[in-house]
Amino acid sequence: MKALRRFGAFWWEFVVGDDWRVAAGVALALGASAGLAATDEPAWWLLPLAVAGLLYLSLRRAARR
Amino acid sequence: MTAVFLVLSAFLASAVEMVEALTIVLAVGVTRDWRSALSGVGAATLALTAIVAALGPALTLIPIDTLRLVVGALLLVFGLQWLRKAILRASGYVSLHDEEEAYAREATEARAAGIERRAGLDWYAFTIAFKGVLLEGLEVAFIVLTFGSAQGSIPLAALGAGVAILLVVVAGVVAHAPLTRVPENTMKFAVGTMLTTFGIFWAAEGTGATWPGGDASLPGVLAFELLVSFTFVALLRRRRPALA
Repeated sequence: MKALRRFGAFWWEFVVGDDWRVAAGVALALGASAGLAATDEPAWWLLPLAVAGLLYLSLRRAARR
Repeated sequence: MTAVFLVLSAFLASAVEMVEALTIVLAVGVTRDWRSALSGVGAATLALTAIVAALGPALTLIPIDTLRLVVGALLLVFGLQWLRKAILRASGYVSLHDEEEAYAREATEARAAGIERRAGLDWYAFTIAFKGVLLEGLEVAFIVLTFGSAQGSIPLAALGAGVAILLVVVAGVVAHAPLTRVPENTMKFAVGTMLTTFGIFWAAEGTGATWPGGDASLPGVLAFELLVSFTFVALLRRRRPALA
């Protein structure tokens, strides 16, 4: 059990790193993009803007530390 | 065009990670024992080869839209980590990575560590070299597998990574010192931008979005990411004196 937890923690740290909010924001943005694409409206613009916003918020948090 | 970006991204990411791995191996090799350090490198290389060989064919069985969504999402989260760190380094909030400093730190720790022999090897030298190559190499394997599978060409991504590994090893053997002149921080910035760009591109396709012009829009996404990144570097640099 301990080994499994360490294995999970390693991969979490490897992929997500020290700001889990970025990963959560990416998940929300992907959901929004899928929702918009399903309506047949152009959805390509959504992810680049969402990523810029997530990066801004993450950098702001890091700069305030 | 996409193939060029693919090879270039794998090459740059691999070069940066291997320069860091080389520093660790050199530090334990010079201060402890070369045979043990190189055995660690060999064992880590075998483990990485097994990971790529096992996961590579498995990934090709997943339908391309699902694969691009999963790979795009992973690359986005992973790439944003790289890009965030690179922007913080470029704007002075985090100190720049310095191979000479890293080498000195590793060498000091290696000299201070006790001697334990297992299987005829200096266990410290073996494990540090193994861990260093495995952890740095894991990032390369991750990039090769995700880029390669989403683009339908793992061998092409592996080629970019392989050429970089070869160059770093040759340069390391010739220099017999950490590769301090490699512009690592700039390369990390470039890799972070490329990972994020491919992440956006594939994840958007995976969610059902269609890019205007198809693959031809990839340089446009890259240009946008570069513009956003440089803008954040400039904004953070301007803000920094006020914080000091």
